[in-house]
Amino acid sequence: MSEPAIALTGLGRAYGERWALRDLTLELGVGQTLVVFGPNGAGKSTLLRVLATLARPQAGEARVLGKLVPKQGWAVRAKLGFLAHDPLLYRDLTARENLTYHARLYGVKAQRIDELLEAVEMTKRADEPVRTLSRGMVQRMAVCRTVLHSPELLLLDEPVANLDPAATALVSSLVGPTSGTTRVVTSHDPVGGLEQADIALGLRDGRPVLLAPASEVSAADIGALYS
Amino acid sequence: MNAVRALLRKDLLLELRAKESVPAMALFSLTTFVIFHFALDRNTVAGSLASGVLWVTLLFAAILGINRLFVAEREQGGFDAFMLAPVDRTAMLIAKACALFIFLTIVELIAVPAFAFLLLEGSILPALPGLIAVLVLANIGIAVIGTLSSAIAVQTRARDLIAPLVALPLLVPLLIASARATQPLLLSGGALSVPTKWIAVLGLYDLVFALLSYAVFDFLLEE
Amino acid sequence: MYGKGMRPLAIGTFFVLTGAFALVFFWVPADADQGFIQKIFYLHVPMAIVALGGFIAGGVMAICHLRTGNSKWDLRSYVSIHMALVLAVGALITGSIWARAAWGHWWVWDEPTLVSFLIVFLLYATYQPLRFAIEDPEKQARYASVFAITAGAFVPLNFLAVRMAQSLAHPRVLGATGGSMPSEMRITFYVSLIGMALLFITLWKYEMASKHTTAQLRNLRRRLLGDDSVAPTGRSAAPSTVLPARPKP
Repeated sequence: MSEPAIALTGLGRAYGERWALRDLTLELGVGQTLVVFGPNGAGKSTLLRVLATLARPQAGEARVLGKLVPKQGWAVRAKLGFLAHDPLLYRDLTARENLTYHARLYGVKAQRIDELLEAVEMTKRADEPVRTLSRGMVQRMAVCRTVLHSPELLLLDEPVANLDPAATALVSSLVGPTSGTTRVVTSHDPVGGLEQADIALGLRDGRPVLLAPASEVSAADIGALYS
Repeated sequence: MNAVRALLRKDLLLELRAKESVPAMALFSLTTFVIFHFALDRNTVAGSLASGVLWVTLLFAAILGINRLFVAEREQGGFDAFMLAPVDRTAMLIAKACALFIFLTIVELIAVPAFAFLLLEGSILPALPGLIAVLVLANIGIAVIGTLSSAIAVQTRARDLIAPLVALPLLVPLLIASARATQPLLLSGGALSVPTKWIAVLGLYDLVFALLSYAVFDFLLEE
Repeated sequence: MYGKGMRPLAIGTFFVLTGAFALVFFWVPADADQGFIQKIFYLHVPMAIVALGGFIAGGVMAICHLRTGNSKWDLRSYVSIHMALVLAVGALITGSIWARAAWGHWWVWDEPTLVSFLIVFLLYATYQPLRFAIEDPEKQARYASVFAITAGAFVPLNFLAVRMAQSLAHPRVLGATGGSMPSEMRITFYVSLIGMALLFITLWKYEMASKHTTAQLRNLRRRLLGDDSVAPTGRSAAPSTVLPARPKP
């Protein structure tokens, strides 16, 4: 087997004295999907932020696409797509202006923006300020932003939380199981989450309480995390 | 360099759309001139008084811009988006300082003529070449120090209070140099030449703070 | 760790400072122009110099903090600036008293050293509010260090600029370390300066020992009793915990 896309050993991240995440060791192969379950505040977002090179681990080490983060973060940033809880779009700029800004930062051609807008059926609303768009539309724009530079690894924080079924179908070719990329997805939906997972991780109070191939995990096991 | 251009274009576009800084700064300057007229009970000012009125007004107008400089980044995820991009962190410092410099220049294009029109004794025209040189050098300094102070303050709970408290003492030497350099330009008897000593001090101050900001800025962006 | 050598240091400080005051009151001749009040010089100037030294030391420690990522340096920098602030208040008050006695005003604007000192003090007065306004301890440490470095570099620049701005029309009664001082005055001044520097180091070590012990105790309790049994620290301007070391950037 080639080098794993993500390799974590004893990973820990604290905010002050509180450990938001600790003792996490796992490997994720290229092309696989890791789905992270857990109640609010369990450490899901912290894990994604560490993987996205935005937060510095205080314990253990994290290798993303073979590189140590955040030390060698510069080497992986161009290959990461991070869909955060926050859309990371400026409300007063139009959708197209936002994407143009990101395209310039990543050195992506403007043509790609049109393709993506087409793909999420947002071409008509692309020239309106983001603040006038509905939550679902903003989420679709955020998905465009995430995949703008065709990343190898997607980090998705509840990617379909605000989307109706039709919109979910639209974005799934970009960030869903069929996108063909390595993915780390957080989810609160035991059934839908397990369906797309290769590996399931359950977090509680920052500690991994469940880590197994998805085929060996039942929806009831996931439900138990929240009780 | 591409990243700086992308950031700067975004900042200017954002200001054009949201109009959060420049109009407020310009309006503030005009109002302050009116306040000075009544507070000093003078119809015209000249020399050191004129220089003082002008620089106090510009400095406090600049504080308004400094306060707003990073707010959109903080509230709308701009920091995270920028940190995710494969670009040098220093690009943010350069772009923000350039944006602030441009804002200040636009404000001065309104405020300085207004000052000449409302308060200045005599004509501003003979003073103009020297004044422009001083303004440009001072703007560079305010832009650099303002960006640094704003970046320090933006992560705090009371950023509107912290930013001026950090920025103003740091700007005192700059104010001394600018005000001293402007004094002889605004004398009622006609403009004398700009004291080169103060121009040199301004240039040196700009340079030192540019280097200092460059050295420490990266640490303000990490989580 | 910081308590080591405290006793001899404290005793030494006590003797040097007592000696300095003895020299000031019983040995050194009174200034010909100003008389007795000039003796406040031996308190005011060492305080001011040591305060500035403390500010700059805080900046150097902050550089170490950012370079190593070790929060121990942040604590050192914090204590250094904190102590320097206390001395700075003392220097401003004694300076004001001296100005009142020598020139008849509580404050004189044409004394560049005094004016520069006030500006530096105003800048550093923001240090504590800045720390207090940042809740995340790691971020607080990092931002405070950036501030300490900036302010440390600002100290000499500011003195230069303010000194240049003075017309020098006002004859300066005493150069701080002027060569024109009689040798008794110079010796007394240096002894006072050393005494003040020792006092600063003693206070710094004392505060470090106290803060460090409190933090260690907290860590120990957390380890023995579990993380949840120790009440979280409230918001504080002072570094209150030993943070996990940050790997070098």
